[in-house]
Amino acid sequence: MSAQQASPFGIDIRGLTHRYGAKTALDEVSFSIRRGSFCALLGPNGAGKSTLFALMTRLFVANQGHIKIGGVDLAEQPRRALARMGVVFQQPTLDLDLTVQQNMHYYAALQGISRKRATTRIAETLKRLDMDERASEKVRALNGGHRRRMEIARALLHEPQVLLLDEPTVGLDTRTRQAITQHVHDLVQDTGLTVLWATHLTDEVRADDQLVVLHEGRVVADGVCAVIRGKETLNDAFARLTGQSKARNA
Amino acid sequence: MGALRAMVAIIAREALRFFMQRSRFIAALVRPLVWLIVFAAGFRAALGLSITAPYQTYITYEIYIVPGLCGMIQLFNGMQSSLSLVYDREMGSMRLLLTSPQPRWWLLLSKLLAGTLISIMQVYAFLLIAYFIGIDFPALGYVAVLPALIISGLMLGALGLLLSSTIRQLENFAGVMNFVIFPMFFLSTALYPLWKMAEASTLLRDICAFNPFTHAVELIRFALYLEWNPWALTWVMLAFAMFLAGSILGYDPGKALIMRKAR
Repeated sequence: MSAQQASPFGIDIRGLTHRYGAKTALDEVSFSIRRGSFCALLGPNGAGKSTLFALMTRLFVANQGHIKIGGVDLAEQPRRALARMGVVFQQPTLDLDLTVQQNMHYYAALQGISRKRATTRIAETLKRLDMDERASEKVRALNGGHRRRMEIARALLHEPQVLLLDEPTVGLDTRTRQAITQHVHDLVQDTGLTVLWATHLTDEVRADDQLVVLHEGRVVADGVCAVIRGKETLNDAFARLTGQSKARNA
Repeated sequence: MGALRAMVAIIAREALRFFMQRSRFIAALVRPLVWLIVFAAGFRAALGLSITAPYQTYITYEIYIVPGLCGMIQLFNGMQSSLSLVYDREMGSMRLLLTSPQPRWWLLLSKLLAGTLISIMQVYAFLLIAYFIGIDFPALGYVAVLPALIISGLMLGALGLLLSSTIRQLENFAGVMNFVIFPMFFLSTALYPLWKMAEASTLLRDICAFNPFTHAVELIRFALYLEWNPWALTWVMLAFAMFLAGSILGYDPGKALIMRKAR
Protein backbone atom coordinates (compact mmCIF):
# COMPACT_ATOMS: atom_id res chain seq x y z
CA MET A 1 0.00 0.00 0.00
CA SER A 2 2.65 2.50 1.05
CA ALA A 3 4.76 1.51 -1.94
CA GLN A 4 1.78 2.23 -4.19
CA GLN A 5 1.17 5.60 -2.61
CA ALA A 6 4.86 6.41 -2.88
CA SER A 7 4.95 5.83 -6.62
CA PRO A 8 5.67 9.21 -8.19
CA PHE A 9 3.89 8.19 -11.38
CA GLY A 10 0.24 8.39 -12.21
CA ILE A 11 0.80 6.15 -15.20
CA ASP A 12 3.76 3.86 -15.60
CA ILE A 13 4.08 1.67 -18.67
CA ARG A 14 6.95 -0.79 -19.01
CA GLY A 15 7.93 -2.91 -21.99
CA LEU A 16 4.44 -3.14 -23.42
CA THR A 17 4.34 -5.35 -26.50
CA HIS A 18 1.24 -6.49 -28.30
CA ARG A 19 0.71 -8.40 -31.53
CA TYR A 20 -2.38 -9.16 -33.57
CA GLY A 21 -1.32 -12.39 -35.21
CA ALA A 22 1.82 -11.57 -37.12
CA LYS A 23 1.35 -7.81 -36.95
CA THR A 24 3.10 -6.04 -34.08
CA ALA A 25 0.87 -3.20 -32.92
CA LEU A 26 2.99 -2.14 -29.95
CA ASP A 27 6.68 -2.87 -29.62
CA GLU A 28 8.38 -2.49 -26.23
CA VAL A 29 6.49 0.67 -25.35
CA SER A 30 7.68 2.28 -22.12
CA PHE A 31 6.92 5.70 -20.69
CA SER A 32 5.70 7.17 -17.45
CA ILE A 33 3.74 10.23 -16.46
CA ARG A 34 4.33 12.01 -13.16
CA ARG A 35 1.36 12.49 -10.91
CA GLY A 36 -0.36 15.77 -11.62
CA SER A 37 0.94 16.28 -15.11
CA PHE A 38 -0.48 16.45 -18.60
CA CYS A 39 0.95 14.11 -21.19
CA ALA A 40 0.03 14.28 -24.85
CA LEU A 41 0.30 11.06 -26.79
CA LEU A 42 0.86 12.05 -30.38
CA GLY A 43 0.83 9.62 -33.24
CA PRO A 44 -0.47 9.30 -36.76
CA ASN A 45 -3.38 6.97 -37.45
CA GLY A 46 -2.31 3.38 -37.07
CA ALA A 47 0.57 4.23 -34.74
CA GLY A 48 -0.85 2.01 -32.01
CA LYS A 49 -2.77 4.60 -29.96
CA SER A 50 -6.01 2.62 -30.08
CA THR A 51 -4.28 -0.56 -29.05
CA LEU A 52 -2.59 1.24 -26.19
CA PHE A 53 -5.95 2.60 -25.01
CA ALA A 54 -7.58 -0.80 -25.32
CA LEU A 55 -4.82 -2.29 -23.16
CA MET A 56 -4.95 0.53 -20.62
CA THR A 57 -8.72 0.20 -20.24
CA ARG A 58 -8.33 -3.59 -20.04
CA LEU A 59 -10.44 -4.40 -23.05
CA PHE A 60 -7.79 -7.04 -23.45
CA VAL A 61 -4.43 -7.91 -21.98
CA ALA A 62 -1.03 -7.26 -23.56
CA ASN A 63 1.22 -10.10 -24.65
CA GLN A 64 4.05 -8.63 -22.60
CA GLY A 65 4.76 -5.73 -20.28
CA HIS A 66 3.12 -3.89 -17.42
CA ILE A 67 0.74 -1.02 -16.93
CA LYS A 68 0.49 0.69 -13.57
CA ILE A 69 -2.25 3.14 -12.74
CA GLY A 70 -1.54 5.22 -9.67
CA GLY A 71 0.97 2.56 -8.61
CA VAL A 72 -1.46 -0.35 -9.05
CA ASP A 73 -0.65 -3.02 -11.62
CA LEU A 74 -3.55 -3.42 -14.03
CA ALA A 75 -2.85 -7.12 -14.57
CA GLU A 76 -2.51 -7.97 -10.88
CA GLN A 77 -5.32 -5.90 -9.41
CA PRO A 78 -7.49 -4.94 -12.38
CA ARG A 79 -10.47 -3.74 -10.39
CA ARG A 80 -8.43 -1.49 -8.11
CA ALA A 81 -6.54 -0.09 -11.04
CA LEU A 82 -9.75 0.55 -13.01
CA ALA A 83 -11.29 2.32 -10.03
CA ARG A 84 -8.41 4.82 -10.14
CA MET A 85 -9.02 5.63 -13.76
CA GLY A 86 -11.52 7.75 -15.66
CA VAL A 87 -11.81 7.31 -19.42
CA VAL A 88 -13.20 9.44 -22.21
CA PHE A 89 -13.46 7.34 -25.33
CA GLN A 90 -13.23 8.54 -28.87
CA GLN A 91 -16.67 7.09 -29.58
CA PRO A 92 -19.45 8.96 -27.81
CA THR A 93 -20.79 6.99 -24.87
CA LEU A 94 -23.72 9.14 -23.81
CA ASP A 95 -27.28 7.92 -24.23
CA LEU A 96 -28.82 10.66 -26.32
CA ASP A 97 -32.39 9.90 -25.30
CA LEU A 98 -31.66 9.96 -21.60
CA THR A 99 -31.27 13.15 -19.61
CA VAL A 100 -27.98 14.65 -18.53
CA GLN A 101 -28.68 13.54 -14.99
CA GLN A 102 -29.66 10.00 -15.94
CA ASN A 103 -26.44 9.59 -17.90
CA MET A 104 -24.45 10.79 -14.93
CA HIS A 105 -26.22 8.51 -12.48
CA TYR A 106 -25.71 5.50 -14.71
CA TYR A 107 -21.97 6.05 -14.73
CA ALA A 108 -21.81 6.75 -11.00
CA ALA A 109 -23.59 3.46 -10.29
CA LEU A 110 -21.24 1.57 -12.61
CA GLN A 111 -18.43 2.92 -10.48
CA GLY A 112 -20.22 1.79 -7.33
CA ILE A 113 -20.86 5.28 -5.94
CA SER A 114 -23.82 5.42 -3.56
CA ARG A 115 -26.93 7.16 -4.82
CA LYS A 116 -26.68 9.86 -2.18
CA ARG A 117 -23.07 10.66 -2.86
CA ALA A 118 -23.65 10.51 -6.60
CA THR A 119 -26.47 13.04 -6.33
CA THR A 120 -24.21 15.48 -4.50
CA ARG A 121 -21.27 14.95 -6.84
CA ILE A 122 -23.44 15.30 -9.93
CA ALA A 123 -25.02 18.51 -8.68
CA GLU A 124 -21.56 19.97 -7.96
CA THR A 125 -20.23 18.87 -11.31
CA LEU A 126 -23.12 20.31 -13.29
CA LYS A 127 -22.88 23.56 -11.40
CA ARG A 128 -19.20 23.81 -12.20
CA LEU A 129 -19.97 23.27 -15.88
CA ASP A 130 -22.77 25.85 -15.71
CA MET A 131 -25.13 23.12 -16.77
CA ASP A 132 -27.23 22.76 -13.64
CA GLU A 133 -30.25 24.17 -15.40
CA ARG A 134 -29.98 21.57 -18.10
CA ALA A 135 -29.81 18.57 -15.79
CA SER A 136 -33.16 17.19 -16.87
CA GLU A 137 -32.73 17.90 -20.56
CA LYS A 138 -32.03 15.07 -22.94
CA VAL A 139 -28.42 14.84 -24.06
CA ARG A 140 -29.65 15.05 -27.65
CA ALA A 141 -30.43 18.72 -27.00
CA LEU A 142 -26.80 19.54 -26.13
CA ASN A 143 -24.20 20.62 -28.67
CA GLY A 144 -21.02 18.64 -29.34
CA GLY A 145 -18.89 20.74 -27.03
CA HIS A 146 -21.26 20.40 -24.10
CA ARG A 147 -21.54 16.67 -24.63
CA ARG A 148 -17.78 16.27 -24.53
CA ARG A 149 -17.44 18.43 -21.43
CA MET A 150 -20.11 16.35 -19.82
CA GLU A 151 -18.30 13.15 -20.68
CA ILE A 152 -15.13 14.51 -19.15
CA ALA A 153 -16.98 15.59 -16.02
CA ARG A 154 -18.67 12.22 -15.82
CA ALA A 155 -15.34 10.40 -16.07
CA LEU A 156 -14.27 12.33 -12.97
CA LEU A 157 -17.33 11.55 -10.83
CA HIS A 158 -15.57 8.79 -8.91
CA GLU A 159 -12.56 11.07 -8.31
CA PRO A 160 -9.99 9.03 -10.17
CA GLN A 161 -6.28 9.80 -10.02
CA VAL A 162 -5.83 9.33 -13.72
CA LEU A 163 -7.84 10.51 -16.71
CA LEU A 164 -7.39 8.94 -20.13
CA LEU A 165 -8.77 10.72 -23.18
CA ASP A 166 -8.71 9.15 -26.62
CA GLU A 167 -8.85 11.88 -29.29
CA PRO A 168 -11.44 13.79 -27.25
CA THR A 169 -11.78 16.70 -29.66
CA VAL A 170 -12.64 14.75 -32.79
CA GLY A 171 -15.50 16.38 -34.66
CA LEU A 172 -15.48 19.64 -32.69
CA ASP A 173 -14.92 23.13 -34.10
CA THR A 174 -11.67 24.98 -33.40
CA ARG A 175 -13.01 27.18 -30.62
CA THR A 176 -14.59 24.31 -28.76
CA ARG A 177 -11.44 22.26 -29.27
CA GLN A 178 -9.35 24.99 -27.66
CA ALA A 179 -11.79 25.42 -24.81
CA ILE A 180 -11.74 21.72 -24.00
CA THR A 181 -7.96 21.49 -24.23
CA GLN A 182 -7.78 24.47 -21.87
CA HIS A 183 -10.34 22.92 -19.53
CA VAL A 184 -8.36 19.70 -19.11
CA HIS A 185 -5.11 21.59 -18.59
CA ASP A 186 -6.86 23.57 -15.86
CA LEU A 187 -8.01 20.35 -14.23
CA VAL A 188 -4.41 19.14 -14.08
CA GLN A 189 -3.34 22.44 -12.58
CA ASP A 190 -6.14 22.71 -10.04
CA THR A 191 -6.72 19.13 -8.94
CA GLY A 192 -3.43 17.32 -9.45
CA LEU A 193 -4.99 14.89 -11.90
CA THR A 194 -2.73 12.86 -14.16
CA VAL A 195 -3.86 13.10 -17.77
CA LEU A 196 -2.99 11.07 -20.85
CA TRP A 197 -4.40 12.83 -23.90
CA ALA A 198 -4.14 10.99 -27.22
CA THR A 199 -4.35 13.07 -30.35
CA HIS A 200 -3.00 13.48 -33.84
CA LEU A 201 -3.38 17.26 -33.75
CA THR A 202 -0.18 19.06 -32.83
CA ASP A 203 -1.87 22.32 -31.86
CA GLU A 204 -3.41 20.66 -28.81
CA VAL A 205 0.01 20.17 -27.22
CA ARG A 206 1.58 22.95 -25.17
CA ALA A 207 5.26 23.75 -24.84
CA ASP A 208 5.51 22.58 -21.23
CA ASP A 209 3.42 19.43 -21.65
CA GLN A 210 5.03 16.06 -21.59
CA LEU A 211 4.97 14.64 -25.10
CA VAL A 212 5.20 11.00 -26.15
CA VAL A 213 5.34 10.38 -29.87
CA LEU A 214 4.22 6.97 -31.01
CA HIS A 215 5.06 5.74 -34.49
CA GLU A 216 4.53 2.26 -35.88
CA GLY A 217 4.09 0.85 -32.41
CA ARG A 218 7.25 2.36 -30.92
CA VAL A 219 7.94 5.39 -28.76
CA VAL A 220 10.09 7.61 -30.96
CA ALA A 221 10.22 10.59 -28.58
CA ASP A 222 9.42 11.14 -24.91
CA GLY A 223 10.09 14.39 -23.09
CA VAL A 224 8.96 17.96 -22.64
CA CYS A 225 7.35 19.21 -25.81
CA ALA A 226 9.55 22.34 -26.06
CA VAL A 227 12.69 20.22 -25.86
CA ILE A 228 11.54 17.69 -28.42
CA ARG A 229 10.58 20.25 -31.01
CA GLY A 230 13.64 22.46 -30.39
CA LYS A 231 13.59 25.31 -32.85
CA GLU A 232 11.22 23.61 -35.23
CA THR A 233 7.48 23.89 -35.06
CA LEU A 234 5.90 20.85 -33.47
CA ASN A 235 4.35 20.04 -36.83
CA ASP A 236 7.77 19.79 -38.47
CA ALA A 237 9.26 17.87 -35.57
CA PHE A 238 6.34 15.46 -35.66
CA ALA A 239 6.71 14.98 -39.39
CA ARG A 240 10.44 14.37 -38.99
CA LEU A 241 9.93 11.87 -36.17
CA THR A 242 7.29 9.91 -38.01
CA GLY A 243 8.99 10.11 -41.40
CA GLN A 244 6.10 11.95 -42.96
CA SER A 245 8.18 14.78 -44.45
CA LYS A 246 9.67 12.34 -46.90
CA ALA A 247 6.28 11.23 -47.93
CA ARG A 248 5.15 14.81 -48.33
CA ASN A 249 8.14 15.80 -50.47
CA ALA A 250 7.97 12.73 -52.64
CA MET B 1 -23.24 -3.53 -2.59
CA GLY B 2 -21.43 -1.73 -5.37
CA ALA B 3 -21.96 -4.75 -7.61
CA LEU B 4 -25.68 -4.77 -6.98
CA ARG B 5 -25.87 -1.04 -7.60
CA ALA B 6 -24.13 -1.50 -10.93
CA MET B 7 -26.52 -4.28 -11.91
CA VAL B 8 -29.57 -2.21 -11.04
CA ALA B 9 -28.17 0.72 -13.02
CA ILE B 10 -27.50 -1.43 -16.08
CA ILE B 11 -31.05 -2.77 -15.99
CA ALA B 12 -32.55 0.67 -15.35
CA ARG B 13 -30.62 2.17 -18.26
CA GLU B 14 -31.87 -0.49 -20.62
CA ALA B 15 -35.45 -0.02 -19.43
CA LEU B 16 -35.26 3.77 -19.73
CA ARG B 17 -33.80 3.56 -23.20
CA PHE B 18 -36.52 1.15 -24.17
CA PHE B 19 -39.31 3.45 -23.09
CA MET B 20 -37.64 6.40 -24.79
CA GLN B 21 -37.41 4.60 -28.10
CA ARG B 22 -41.07 4.07 -28.74
CA SER B 23 -40.48 3.08 -32.33
CA ARG B 24 -38.44 0.09 -31.19
CA PHE B 25 -41.26 -1.03 -28.94
CA ILE B 26 -43.81 -0.74 -31.69
CA ALA B 27 -41.59 -2.57 -34.18
CA ALA B 28 -41.10 -5.34 -31.64
CA LEU B 29 -44.87 -5.73 -31.35
CA VAL B 30 -45.79 -5.35 -34.99
CA ARG B 31 -43.58 -8.21 -36.13
CA PRO B 32 -45.30 -11.00 -34.15
CA LEU B 33 -48.71 -9.43 -34.67
CA VAL B 34 -48.30 -9.53 -38.42
CA TRP B 35 -47.43 -13.19 -38.14
CA LEU B 36 -50.35 -13.84 -35.89
CA ILE B 37 -52.95 -12.03 -37.92
CA VAL B 38 -51.79 -12.50 -41.50
CA PHE B 39 -49.77 -15.67 -41.49
CA ALA B 40 -51.90 -17.64 -39.08
CA ALA B 41 -55.08 -16.68 -40.90
CA GLY B 42 -53.69 -18.03 -44.15
CA PHE B 43 -52.37 -21.21 -42.67
CA ARG B 44 -55.39 -21.96 -40.63
CA ALA B 45 -57.12 -23.68 -43.50
CA ALA B 46 -54.06 -25.38 -44.89
CA LEU B 47 -52.87 -26.95 -41.69
CA GLY B 48 -54.72 -29.47 -39.63
CA LEU B 49 -53.30 -29.84 -36.17
CA SER B 50 -54.01 -32.94 -34.17
CA ILE B 51 -53.99 -32.93 -30.41
CA THR B 52 -50.50 -32.89 -28.91
CA ALA B 53 -49.45 -32.08 -25.36
CA PRO B 54 -50.04 -29.66 -23.71
CA TYR B 55 -53.27 -29.20 -25.69
CA GLN B 56 -56.24 -31.28 -24.61
CA THR B 57 -58.51 -30.46 -27.46
CA TYR B 58 -58.31 -29.36 -31.05
CA ILE B 59 -56.89 -25.89 -31.33
CA THR B 60 -56.77 -23.31 -34.04
CA TYR B 61 -53.48 -22.43 -35.66
CA GLU B 62 -53.50 -18.97 -34.08
CA ILE B 63 -53.39 -20.52 -30.67
CA TYR B 64 -50.63 -22.86 -31.70
CA ILE B 65 -48.22 -20.20 -32.90
CA VAL B 66 -48.56 -17.72 -30.01
CA PRO B 67 -45.84 -19.38 -27.86
CA GLY B 68 -43.58 -19.50 -30.91
CA LEU B 69 -44.13 -15.80 -31.48
CA CYS B 70 -43.32 -15.09 -27.83
CA GLY B 71 -40.09 -16.94 -28.47
CA MET B 72 -39.57 -14.92 -31.64
CA ILE B 73 -39.84 -11.66 -29.70
CA GLN B 74 -37.19 -12.89 -27.31
CA LEU B 75 -34.99 -14.19 -30.11
CA PHE B 76 -35.02 -10.84 -31.91
CA ASN B 77 -34.52 -9.00 -28.69
CA GLY B 78 -31.62 -11.18 -27.59
CA MET B 79 -29.83 -10.70 -30.88
CA GLN B 80 -30.58 -7.00 -31.00
CA SER B 81 -29.54 -6.05 -27.50
CA SER B 82 -26.37 -8.09 -27.58
CA LEU B 83 -25.31 -7.33 -31.10
CA SER B 84 -25.97 -3.63 -30.74
CA LEU B 85 -22.92 -3.83 -28.49
CA VAL B 86 -20.65 -4.41 -31.43
CA TYR B 87 -22.18 -1.91 -33.79
CA ASP B 88 -20.16 1.28 -33.84
CA ARG B 89 -22.97 3.22 -32.30
CA GLU B 90 -22.89 1.16 -29.12
CA MET B 91 -19.24 0.15 -29.01
CA GLY B 92 -18.40 3.13 -26.84
CA SER B 93 -21.07 2.23 -24.28
CA MET B 94 -19.80 -1.32 -24.09
CA ARG B 95 -16.26 -0.13 -23.50
CA LEU B 96 -17.52 2.25 -20.87
CA LEU B 97 -19.34 -0.62 -19.20
CA LEU B 98 -16.20 -2.73 -19.20
CA THR B 99 -14.19 -0.03 -17.40
CA SER B 100 -16.45 -0.46 -14.38
CA PRO B 101 -14.46 -1.92 -11.51
CA GLN B 102 -17.01 -4.73 -11.09
CA PRO B 103 -16.09 -8.25 -12.21
CA ARG B 104 -16.58 -8.63 -15.92
CA TRP B 105 -18.80 -11.73 -15.76
CA TRP B 106 -21.08 -9.81 -13.43
CA LEU B 107 -21.34 -6.92 -15.87
CA LEU B 108 -22.17 -9.30 -18.70
CA LEU B 109 -24.78 -11.09 -16.61
CA SER B 110 -26.34 -7.74 -15.69
CA LYS B 111 -26.48 -6.82 -19.35
CA LEU B 112 -28.22 -10.13 -20.08
CA LEU B 113 -30.76 -9.64 -17.32
CA ALA B 114 -31.49 -6.16 -18.62
CA GLY B 115 -32.14 -7.47 -22.13
CA THR B 116 -34.30 -10.28 -20.78
CA LEU B 117 -36.43 -7.88 -18.80
CA ILE B 118 -37.09 -5.81 -21.92
CA SER B 119 -38.05 -8.89 -23.91
CA ILE B 120 -40.46 -9.99 -21.18
CA MET B 121 -42.22 -6.63 -21.24
CA GLN B 122 -42.59 -7.00 -25.00
CA VAL B 123 -43.97 -10.52 -24.65
CA TYR B 124 -46.58 -9.44 -22.13
CA ALA B 125 -47.65 -6.53 -24.32
CA PHE B 126 -48.01 -9.02 -27.18
CA LEU B 127 -50.02 -11.46 -25.04
CA LEU B 128 -52.28 -8.61 -24.01
CA ILE B 129 -53.04 -7.69 -27.61
CA ALA B 130 -53.54 -11.36 -28.44
CA TYR B 131 -56.03 -11.53 -25.58
CA PHE B 132 -58.02 -8.69 -27.05
CA ILE B 133 -58.23 -10.39 -30.41
CA GLY B 134 -59.59 -13.46 -28.72
CA ILE B 135 -56.55 -15.65 -28.12
CA ASP B 136 -56.36 -16.34 -24.43
CA PHE B 137 -54.75 -18.79 -22.05
CA PRO B 138 -55.59 -20.01 -18.54
CA ALA B 139 -55.36 -17.01 -16.20
CA LEU B 140 -52.64 -18.58 -14.10
CA GLY B 141 -50.73 -19.43 -17.26
CA TYR B 142 -49.83 -15.77 -17.59
CA VAL B 143 -48.07 -16.02 -14.24
CA ALA B 144 -46.53 -19.44 -14.81
CA VAL B 145 -45.00 -18.30 -18.08
CA LEU B 146 -42.87 -15.67 -16.34
CA PRO B 147 -40.11 -18.00 -15.09
CA ALA B 148 -40.10 -19.73 -18.48
CA LEU B 149 -39.65 -16.36 -20.19
CA ILE B 150 -36.81 -15.44 -17.86
CA ILE B 151 -34.89 -18.61 -18.66
CA SER B 152 -35.54 -18.51 -22.39
CA GLY B 153 -34.73 -14.79 -22.53
CA LEU B 154 -31.43 -15.36 -20.75
CA MET B 155 -30.57 -18.24 -23.05
CA LEU B 156 -31.26 -16.27 -26.23
CA GLY B 157 -29.52 -13.17 -24.89
CA ALA B 158 -26.46 -15.25 -24.00
CA LEU B 159 -26.41 -16.60 -27.54
CA GLY B 160 -26.37 -13.05 -28.87
CA LEU B 161 -23.61 -12.09 -26.47
CA LEU B 162 -21.57 -15.09 -27.53
CA LEU B 163 -21.98 -14.19 -31.19
CA SER B 164 -21.12 -10.56 -30.50
CA SER B 165 -17.82 -11.54 -28.90
CA THR B 166 -16.72 -14.16 -31.37
CA ILE B 167 -18.12 -13.95 -34.85
CA ARG B 168 -16.85 -11.06 -36.85
CA GLN B 169 -18.97 -11.62 -39.92
CA LEU B 170 -22.14 -11.05 -37.96
CA GLU B 171 -21.58 -7.37 -37.43
CA ASN B 172 -24.64 -6.34 -39.33
CA PHE B 173 -28.15 -7.30 -38.56
CA ALA B 174 -28.91 -8.70 -42.02
CA GLY B 175 -26.28 -11.37 -41.48
CA VAL B 176 -27.76 -12.24 -38.14
CA MET B 177 -31.23 -12.45 -39.67
CA ASN B 178 -30.10 -14.83 -42.38
CA PHE B 179 -27.75 -17.04 -40.47
CA VAL B 180 -29.14 -17.06 -36.96
CA ILE B 181 -32.68 -15.78 -36.54
CA PHE B 182 -34.31 -17.37 -39.60
CA PRO B 183 -32.75 -20.84 -39.24
CA MET B 184 -33.46 -20.89 -35.52
CA PHE B 185 -37.03 -19.76 -35.94
CA PHE B 186 -38.02 -21.85 -38.95
CA LEU B 187 -36.24 -24.99 -37.80
CA SER B 188 -38.14 -25.08 -34.56
CA THR B 189 -41.58 -25.95 -33.25
CA ALA B 190 -42.60 -22.30 -33.36
CA LEU B 191 -44.64 -22.75 -36.54
CA TYR B 192 -45.26 -26.50 -36.78
CA PRO B 193 -45.17 -29.27 -34.23
CA LEU B 194 -42.42 -31.86 -34.46
CA TRP B 195 -44.63 -34.56 -35.93
CA LYS B 196 -45.57 -32.26 -38.77
CA MET B 197 -41.87 -31.72 -39.47
CA ALA B 198 -41.33 -35.47 -39.38
CA GLU B 199 -43.85 -35.87 -42.20
CA ALA B 200 -41.56 -33.77 -44.37
CA SER B 201 -38.24 -35.29 -43.35
CA THR B 202 -36.79 -36.99 -40.32
CA LEU B 203 -33.58 -35.01 -40.67
CA LEU B 204 -35.58 -31.80 -40.41
CA ARG B 205 -37.33 -33.21 -37.39
CA ASP B 206 -34.00 -34.08 -35.74
CA ILE B 207 -32.61 -30.62 -36.39
CA CYS B 208 -35.72 -29.11 -34.82
CA ALA B 209 -35.46 -31.38 -31.83
CA PHE B 210 -31.85 -30.35 -31.34
CA ASN B 211 -32.45 -26.62 -31.75
CA PRO B 212 -32.48 -24.97 -28.31
CA PHE B 213 -35.03 -22.47 -29.58
CA THR B 214 -37.51 -25.34 -29.99
CA HIS B 215 -37.15 -26.08 -26.31
CA ALA B 216 -37.51 -22.44 -25.37
CA VAL B 217 -40.78 -22.34 -27.32
CA GLU B 218 -42.03 -25.59 -25.77
CA LEU B 219 -41.11 -24.37 -22.31
CA ILE B 220 -43.20 -21.25 -22.91
CA ARG B 221 -46.03 -23.27 -24.48
CA PHE B 222 -46.26 -25.72 -21.59
CA ALA B 223 -45.97 -22.99 -18.96
CA LEU B 224 -48.86 -21.09 -20.56
CA TYR B 225 -51.03 -24.17 -19.91
CA LEU B 226 -49.59 -24.65 -16.43
CA GLU B 227 -47.82 -27.80 -17.52
CA TRP B 228 -44.37 -28.86 -16.54
CA ASN B 229 -41.83 -29.70 -19.22
CA PRO B 230 -38.61 -30.81 -17.50
CA TRP B 231 -36.99 -31.96 -20.74
CA ALA B 232 -37.34 -28.55 -22.39
CA LEU B 233 -36.24 -26.85 -19.19
CA THR B 234 -33.08 -28.96 -19.03
CA TRP B 235 -32.26 -28.24 -22.66
CA VAL B 236 -32.74 -24.49 -22.27
CA MET B 237 -30.73 -24.36 -19.05
CA LEU B 238 -27.94 -26.36 -20.62
CA ALA B 239 -27.85 -24.12 -23.67
CA PHE B 240 -27.85 -21.04 -21.42
CA ALA B 241 -24.92 -22.38 -19.39
CA MET B 242 -22.96 -23.11 -22.55
CA PHE B 243 -23.67 -19.78 -24.22
CA LEU B 244 -22.92 -17.84 -21.05
CA ALA B 245 -19.64 -19.66 -20.46
CA GLY B 246 -18.74 -19.05 -24.09
CA SER B 247 -19.45 -15.34 -23.90
CA ILE B 248 -17.58 -14.89 -20.63
CA LEU B 249 -14.65 -16.55 -22.34
CA GLY B 250 -15.20 -14.37 -25.41
CA TYR B 251 -15.03 -11.22 -23.32
CA ASP B 252 -12.14 -12.41 -21.18
CA PRO B 253 -9.41 -9.80 -21.60
CA GLY B 254 -6.74 -12.51 -21.49
CA LYS B 255 -8.31 -14.59 -24.23
CA ALA B 256 -8.42 -11.55 -26.46
CA LEU B 257 -11.27 -12.71 -28.67
CA ILE B 258 -12.62 -9.17 -28.66
CA MET B 259 -9.22 -7.77 -29.52
CA ARG B 260 -9.99 -7.09 -33.16
CA LYS B 261 -12.95 -4.93 -32.20
CA ALA B 262 -10.58 -2.23 -31.02
CA ARG B 263 -8.84 -1.92 -34.33
